[in-house]
Amino acid sequence: MQPSIRHTYLWLPLCLLFLGGAVVAGLIYGTVPLTPSELVDILLHPQSSGLKSTVVWQLRLPRVGLAALVGMALAVSGTVFQAVLRNPLADPYILGVSGGAALGAVLALTFFSVQSYVVPSLAFSGALLALFLVYLVARAHQAATHTLILAGVMVGSLCTAMLMFLLLYAPADPMRNALFWLAGNLARGEERWLPYGAGVCMILVLLLWSRAGLLDVFTQGEDVAADLGVDIGRERMFLFCAAGLLVAIAVALAGLVGFVGLVVPHAIRLLWGAGHTRLIPAAAIVGAGFLVGADAIARTVLAPAEVPVGVVTALVGAPFFLYLLRLRGR
Amino acid sequence: MMEAQMLQIQKLDFSYRGKKVLRQISFGVEQGKVVSIMGANGSGKSTLLRLLRGRLQPDGGEVRWGNAAAHKLSRREMALKVAVVPQQLQQPFGFQVREMVAMGRYIYQQPLAGPSRQDWKIVDEALASTDSAHLATRCSAELSGGELQRVMLARALAQQAPVLMLDEATSQLDMGHKRSICLLLRHLGQNGKTIVQVSHDMNSAAEISHKILLLSPAGEQIAFGSPYEVLTSAHIEAAYGVQVDIQRYLSTGGGTGGGTGESTEILRFLPQPLTSRSTP
Repeated sequence: MQPSIRHTYLWLPLCLLFLGGAVVAGLIYGTVPLTPSELVDILLHPQSSGLKSTVVWQLRLPRVGLAALVGMALAVSGTVFQAVLRNPLADPYILGVSGGAALGAVLALTFFSVQSYVVPSLAFSGALLALFLVYLVARAHQAATHTLILAGVMVGSLCTAMLMFLLLYAPADPMRNALFWLAGNLARGEERWLPYGAGVCMILVLLLWSRAGLLDVFTQGEDVAADLGVDIGRERMFLFCAAGLLVAIAVALAGLVGFVGLVVPHAIRLLWGAGHTRLIPAAAIVGAGFLVGADAIARTVLAPAEVPVGVVTALVGAPFFLYLLRLRGR
Repeated sequence: MMEAQMLQIQKLDFSYRGKKVLRQISFGVEQGKVVSIMGANGSGKSTLLRLLRGRLQPDGGEVRWGNAAAHKLSRREMALKVAVVPQQLQQPFGFQVREMVAMGRYIYQQPLAGPSRQDWKIVDEALASTDSAHLATRCSAELSGGELQRVMLARALAQQAPVLMLDEATSQLDMGHKRSICLLLRHLGQNGKTIVQVSHDMNSAAEISHKILLLSPAGEQIAFGSPYEVLTSAHIEAAYGVQVDIQRYLSTGGGTGGGTGESTEILRFLPQPLTSRSTP
């Protein structure tokens, strides 16, 4: 970590540049590669017909949008969980949301499979149900942090147990789909949900950004935060619900994409410090760019086949994270 | 003229898990005074401080801020009355020091806005008054213990509450840093800040405090009053089980005193040398 933190407005153009680069890569690369000039031409003439135009407008743009949305949601919720739990290594899936979503999705894949809207709906319901269960348990203890984490781990384990049962006794075909879903991927054509998901996520991210001061104060520990004037129980519940909802949406749309919520906030803190006034928007933009870029890689390395994007984020994220840990150790 | 009693504590009892921690504590804190709470480890000093700021509810007796019982005040209302300098704590996240101090302005911020220009001005003043203006852009995770404690003090000052509470805020600092913080506290007291601190440093507590509350290991009140009344060898032995020599001498009154030019009496406490203790 750098000894001093000087704030300039450079962070915003840098973050936007990163996102812009990732979006361009996401639009250019794929089974049908484009040249940059072709891309510009297609984007400037939305009405033109032709294979490449269709690929960009019908396939790649929605997909890039979906990746950006999911990346933003995961990075921002990771930031919030890390601040509230006062642990820079916390993960957006820490409250068992992932378990509930996975169970819902695999239920859908096993019993309903065909219609594409069933999977995200059930995954979302599962995520909310898990979150609600954690909330019920934790509420009895005024949502003390350790109770929340323990309840989250338990709900997650419960879901995983049921998931294993389902997977073991499910027919082979749904199981393969389920595995693909669990590894996280953006290829299932969830585009119709995109506008709603995007709307809700944007509202949640703005809401959390508006409470940047609160998040700053939470990093000082709940005891200190209370002395600084925070109504801990209520505010913590608000932050957990908002961040949990973001994760639920992300998981419903893209399965379990790992590492975005862990690595992105961490990297930004190293660059520009932990102040949430900058951290939240920077994490949102960079998280979006990170997943768009990772998805571009996922689509191209084995083209025309696809690698689940969660595999790419883990392959990129895990070594980077180990490097960060080494930095911290020094 | 009667000084306003900011804080009244009457017959306060508190137990934790069936064990009595504090018994029948009664004292008052006047505006603009420095009050030190002293006693052995485990005598309930920190607990008392938490009761004073309404973080705990007493079993008996009461803590009154004006007309309000402490535990009935909201966190926000309490933060407008008391700013706390915590014991040194780890900083898992690296904030810019200025942002760290701006956290003291949390209660004044509008729901959707960050710190205002006025807030930042107060932040910079608080940093300047704790001699830490040069730390403004440093990363909080990289500060030394002495620097961090100054920044914490600056944050508490930025909160602009009439009362400052310190819970062993200097106990992990070396002699020089401890002393400079003590000077700062005395200066703040002279400028109208009310200070309630938990301290283990008898010499400096006697020097800067108007009143001292001494607790026994069982959480009873041994004495409350001026340092001369409270810090007698009998009281100190009851509180800590240690015999001390108390030296009194006149200071020539050079320092940052009230400007009256009077020389003041200074107390110095010297524990008996280890060798002179009778062997068991």
